[in-house]
Amino acid sequence: MSIDDAAAISEGSRLGGARSVGLVETQFLTFAEPPERMELECGSKLGPITLAYETYGRLTPERDNAVLILHALSGDAHAAGWHSADDKKPGWWDLYIGPGKAIDTTRYFVVCSNIIGGCKGSTGPSSIDPATGKPYGLSFPMVTVGDMVRAQRRLADRLGIERWLSMTGGSMGGFQVLEWAVRYPDRVASAIPVATSARLGAQAIAFDEVGRQAILTDPNWGGGDYYGGPAPTAGFALARMIAHITYLSDEQMHAKFGRRLQDRDRLAYDFRTEFQVESYLKYQGDAFVRRFDANSYLYLSKATDYFDLSERYGSLVQAFEKVEAEFLVVSISSDWLFPTAESKCIVQAAKANGVPTTFVELQSPYGHDAFFLPNEQLSAAIAGFLENVERRVRKAAAGGGRSP
Amino acid sequence: MTDPARDRPAKLRLDYELIESLIPDGAKVLDLGCGDGRLLDDLIRRKGCLGRGIDVDEKAVLECVKRGVPVYHGRMLEGMGFYPDGYFDVAILSQTLQQTAGPPAVIREMLRVAGRAIISFPNFGHWRVRLQLLLGGRMPRTNALPYDWFDTPNVHLCSIKDFREFCRRENLCKTHEIYLTPAYRRTGAWFANWRAGLAIFQIRRCDTQKDGVSEGI
Repeated sequence: MSIDDAAAISEGSRLGGARSVGLVETQFLTFAEPPERMELECGSKLGPITLAYETYGRLTPERDNAVLILHALSGDAHAAGWHSADDKKPGWWDLYIGPGKAIDTTRYFVVCSNIIGGCKGSTGPSSIDPATGKPYGLSFPMVTVGDMVRAQRRLADRLGIERWLSMTGGSMGGFQVLEWAVRYPDRVASAIPVATSARLGAQAIAFDEVGRQAILTDPNWGGGDYYGGPAPTAGFALARMIAHITYLSDEQMHAKFGRRLQDRDRLAYDFRTEFQVESYLKYQGDAFVRRFDANSYLYLSKATDYFDLSERYGSLVQAFEKVEAEFLVVSISSDWLFPTAESKCIVQAAKANGVPTTFVELQSPYGHDAFFLPNEQLSAAIAGFLENVERRVRKAAAGGGRSP
Repeated sequence: MTDPARDRPAKLRLDYELIESLIPDGAKVLDLGCGDGRLLDDLIRRKGCLGRGIDVDEKAVLECVKRGVPVYHGRMLEGMGFYPDGYFDVAILSQTLQQTAGPPAVIREMLRVAGRAIISFPNFGHWRVRLQLLLGGRMPRTNALPYDWFDTPNVHLCSIKDFREFCRRENLCKTHEIYLTPAYRRTGAWFANWRAGLAIFQIRRCDTQKDGVSEGI
């Protein structure tokens, strides 16, 4: 599901449609050229660093309408629109970004930033290490969500965005949203973390570790030095299959597949693929390994495991002490990877600090990945929240004060 | 929580106006079962209040978001639990008391997070209610209580007398009492338990030093 089989594309969202941002291009910012390399939280230095990003809409002369989109682990900078007329699908969050959509590109200047450690145009383990002329592989330093956000701050500087009107992202994108709001309080006017948490729980870490072991034990992985040879596709696909289960709900899986058989009408009593759900997961695994790098997956899953705002600041309440953004926290009722209780912890920490916070639990049967699917409630919540934030920010600017 | 009166045209919502009149400019206000956020929106815009809402209904919560009223989507007790003692000046419970699972817990929590509570509720002691049961022999249905017995969300209905007795038991002092007829017109305290369709009480914890032994309300 999710990115791999997004809902059918509506007429208006097709290339040339009134609700599409149209043809877009991924852009790249390179910084931290040696000797000015960026020091990472693990203590290593990295540079040069390239960050992939896309932008939609126009920045106002006051630079007060910028909205940052932050993607989940397997996402990329291509959030909306089309790269070419031959594309089968638009960007991964095209349902929510475009003219007249929840994040209206006729009003807002929308930026979607990729992350360091990834493999979608930004510097990561599959990039060439200029020191050796070969891919970094495991010599790539460990990156954290904090490092990703610090790199994105450089992008904000370059784009001339002193303060984001808002930022949103689901899952690991939500980690980045929280990290931004806590780390750079004066640069975030509002934040919309979706289906996320202020720290990864033990169960989620456990699933991550099983996925990593699947990759690490694939004979083709070879200590991460597989570039130019066969990739560890079997282990990597298995990792994705496991992760994919956590993105769905039991109810949704049952509704979609039940116990139906694939390409047969009776049980075969052997180990070939029999049930539809097996076939579906295999397809998801195979599709994913073709578009993602196994080492990046290892690094990014580790970065999510390390994420814990409460640990760094003593408690989550303390983490929110300096936050200036107002919050719209969104959870999904059937999400068991990032259950609603995790979102409520964020709400509690925000409220304890007097941060204006709205909390919405979307009633959806689709599990964690529901935010990739069409959802009128999610659209309405984001659109309504952004509109009010925009009004307050402009009013505060006119009055010389700061919102909220 | 469903509140039939919330859907009335603005001019008929005298109870809203009266509740607003009890709230000073710039107050910190919590509205429990805030519905579409109209009351809070008014208080924020007209009185410069800091307003926060709580509602369990997804649709209502989205309306609040649209209005720009910060709202918590969930149960009252859970939503109030996020706030430190005395965070608000006033907590409002408008025509929802009778729908709460545990009125004492809700009111205690209101008076933990806020100095004062404004509580409005339909009066089950109104003569029409009494008469319907006495003469008709059936569960009463009125403007304020429009439900059949089998689909009513009201699980803890009370009369004005009941509520006064409850306040005595809980050591709560009233600072305001306002009565409305079933047609939402203001009426006096005289025989209110017979005559009022809706009661609005503003209460606080009795200050034992100042109030001595509570004389109740």
